[in-house]
Amino acid sequence: MTPAFVVRRIGFYVLICAITLFFAVPMLWIASAPFDKSPGLGVHWPDWTLDNVRKTLDHPYAMHSMVNSLLICVTTAVAVTAFAALASYALSRVRIPGRDALLYGLLLLSSVVTGTAAMVPIFVMMFQLGLIDSRFGVALVMTGGLLPAAIFILKDFVDAVPKSYEESARVFGASTLQILRDVVLPVARPGLATILVWAFVNSWGNFLVPFLLIRSIDKQPGAVLLQTFTDEGGSANLSVIPVFSLLFSIPVVVLYLLVNSRYGFRFHGGIKS
Amino acid sequence: MAGIDIEGLATVYPNGVRAVDGLDLTVADGEFFALLGPSGCGKTTLLRTIAGLESATEGSVRIDSTDVTRLEPGKRGVAMVFQDYALFPHMNVSENITYPLKVRRVAAATRASVAEKTGDELSLQGLLERRPGQLSGGQQQRVALARAIASEGKVLLLDEPLSNLDARLRLEARTFLKKLQKDLGITTVFVTHDQAEALALADRIAVMQSGKLRQLGSPREVFARPANTFVANFIGSTPMNLLPGTVASDGVSIAGGSLPAATGSVPSGAEVTVGVRPEYLTLSTGDVSGPAVRGSVVVAENLGTQSLVTVDCDGTLIGVTVPEEDEPSPGTPVVLTASEQRVLLYDKESGELLARQPAVV
Amino acid sequence: MTTAPAPVPGRPARVRGPAQDVAGLGVARAVGFLAPALLLIGAFLVFPAIWTIYIGITNYRLTGVEAVSPSIVGLANYTKALNDALFHNALWLTVLFVLGSAIVGQNILGFALAWTMRRARPAVRRTVEGLVLLAWILPSTVVAYLWIAFFDRDTGTLNSILGTQGTAWLIDYPMVCLIVFNTWRGTAFSMMLYSSALQAVPPSQLESARMVGASGWQTLRDVVFPHIRGHVLTNTLLISLWTANDFSPFLLTKGGPNHESETVPVYIYNVALQGGELGYSSAISFLLLIANLLVALLYLRLLRRRS
Repeated sequence: MTPAFVVRRIGFYVLICAITLFFAVPMLWIASAPFDKSPGLGVHWPDWTLDNVRKTLDHPYAMHSMVNSLLICVTTAVAVTAFAALASYALSRVRIPGRDALLYGLLLLSSVVTGTAAMVPIFVMMFQLGLIDSRFGVALVMTGGLLPAAIFILKDFVDAVPKSYEESARVFGASTLQILRDVVLPVARPGLATILVWAFVNSWGNFLVPFLLIRSIDKQPGAVLLQTFTDEGGSANLSVIPVFSLLFSIPVVVLYLLVNSRYGFRFHGGIKS
Repeated sequence: MAGIDIEGLATVYPNGVRAVDGLDLTVADGEFFALLGPSGCGKTTLLRTIAGLESATEGSVRIDSTDVTRLEPGKRGVAMVFQDYALFPHMNVSENITYPLKVRRVAAATRASVAEKTGDELSLQGLLERRPGQLSGGQQQRVALARAIASEGKVLLLDEPLSNLDARLRLEARTFLKKLQKDLGITTVFVTHDQAEALALADRIAVMQSGKLRQLGSPREVFARPANTFVANFIGSTPMNLLPGTVASDGVSIAGGSLPAATGSVPSGAEVTVGVRPEYLTLSTGDVSGPAVRGSVVVAENLGTQSLVTVDCDGTLIGVTVPEEDEPSPGTPVVLTASEQRVLLYDKESGELLARQPAVV
Repeated sequence: MTTAPAPVPGRPARVRGPAQDVAGLGVARAVGFLAPALLLIGAFLVFPAIWTIYIGITNYRLTGVEAVSPSIVGLANYTKALNDALFHNALWLTVLFVLGSAIVGQNILGFALAWTMRRARPAVRRTVEGLVLLAWILPSTVVAYLWIAFFDRDTGTLNSILGTQGTAWLIDYPMVCLIVFNTWRGTAFSMMLYSSALQAVPPSQLESARMVGASGWQTLRDVVFPHIRGHVLTNTLLISLWTANDFSPFLLTKGGPNHESETVPVYIYNVALQGGELGYSSAISFLLLIANLLVALLYLRLLRRRS
């Protein structure tokens, strides 16, 4: 071991420590503040208490917003998965006229029409449709936004399913419906689960769409309510915000870990799954 | 049980490729029939057209004298084993085997007993509850076979049945497959690119190239008397010697010497391609009488019990196999001879077999 | 339509062999399968995108007379944008934001992480990657609040570490804060992309470089970079597109103080829903859409050439 080697090793570990600290330190607050007797914005060893949890559970809107989030995200995730499954199977297996152009268009759409670029017309459209302040409206907009990418990811899955499964079922006399039900659907299950979780996680964290479309506080999902908390005249409610942040993060992390352990982390060019 | 009659069959892809190009073929009842050819020759397309997975553009397919050309795959009475076996990963072995019966809404109790019985026939006892992912390659193949058998098709189609197994297992599976086919007596068509596999398994072989049939015959016929240079090249583990020669009164002159040949109607002086298998050439170090080719040993390659010796005969390289104990050392002057019926003459241009000799089988 | 990074499939559309309708679905039923998805996409994605063009040439407002009966004003909104100092400011801040947090920050930190974690011990690797991924998957509102707390003037962690109590980072240095924040938030994507790209570098080439005594830097430049050049380009385009469209600056600073951190997305929001100028904000949205389209077309071209 030459001195140069030792210096390089030390440098390497200092670098790793610095990077780790950079990512870890801003997160410490969410681990300490929820359980502190006098939670502030700083990080210190908490003076343990569960009072904040009780206060959060008693908060008139906190738990209610979780239910709203759940309502919106389950609707979105189920709709995205169901419609993307149907569309991706048709696109993968049937030569629909204009298919390649359609695929290219979808691919463009998935990255070009972002929430920020389309927020004004979406707001105007939902306003004129009378879908402002509707949780269903929020779910619809999110579904439309997530579908192009979902179709693509699922089409990748379906493309990877050997056609011989369906062929074999067909040789043995299975009808189209039987093939879809007995063979395609079960075989595509990991893909469907991934999309379900992906759509759920994406809509759970979505702030812009409900922020634009929901007016009344009792219909706000968690993502917007948290922002509403911080806006309460500077006197942020510090006994509720930390616990709420933590609770609101848990489903996302749990789902991520679940998918990760069941199906392994699939890297679909930037998909959180 | 049933035979297959194929008449003028063509399968043309949307891009205009004629994958199967006007084929006539009859597979007899109970026959074990091989479709052999290099990749892209149309053999798999032919098999899939028989199954109904590709639709025929021209011609007809009849199974058991019933025209099935326009029938759905499931209505043709065929059973198929796919190259990748296509075992459903979410079903256990028993469910896989009886899926064809489930499709036909056969009662669960009947299905269970069929699974039991077919599983026994294919030595799958104790594996019925497992998922395909938990089985070895050989076991997976037997499950796929069991499923095909349980579907009670009149005809069994196998797409590259042995290619997914590793070399050692392949030999074992080959024996198993041949015995199974004989025991069941079911008309079976299989596709392979491996000539040794076709020779070992089949009752008859159809050698295909570019969607067309190049030769149809028993393994012995296609090995001993290839109908053209394409088949000559394709069949046999050591390639057939194909050498330019000239027809003479008593045989053919090649490589500065001559070999006996039944020239039939081929006129003397005609230029031909002479085909003779390394296995059918005799190598001697002493002097011989009669037509022969002389040369010296270039290299000898050990093939196990035999050696493939390459001999330089007046600038032409000729391969010949000899028993391992007779392997000559490089540089040895040698003489090559052959019996008349082992020397085949092919048209120099078309590569078709010329002389009409009685087949020696 | 997510504020979270819009996912883009790793590979471009490529057909493996002729598509075959194995199950016998048929074109009619296949179109039926596609219809619901296409209807939703058409209604909530394509239609709004196209509608921006129309709203952008009107004087439509959130309230007042123009809310009831907007009139066509032609290209007035676009000429207004040309002379709007606040729009220029927003453009400039977006460029800074993209350059600092995406092109430099996420790209370099992501690559550095992918490169160093390659040889790190599994436990170290899991911990570091886990933290980086956590920063990426946490909901944006939560993450924004974490950083508001971190930057807080009185009790914020940053001031505690540096001993600079009283420094209002988000007010004094809003753009720097946003760039650091977004680097932290989005590095995971670059890290994962580069990790998988680095796996495609043949180990034999790395070993050959070591055999001839190349230094770490030389190895990177001569062996690794040629392999991942395409990935660097496509990654940079993608994260730039996402960053330019990112709405989370709003969550930290709302564009303030005094427009000092008002990137284009925040500006659009402020003009449309605070100022009520729906027509004008639509014109700016349309410009953003065009920019997105150009980047996406370039991205797909590069992807296609690579495969």
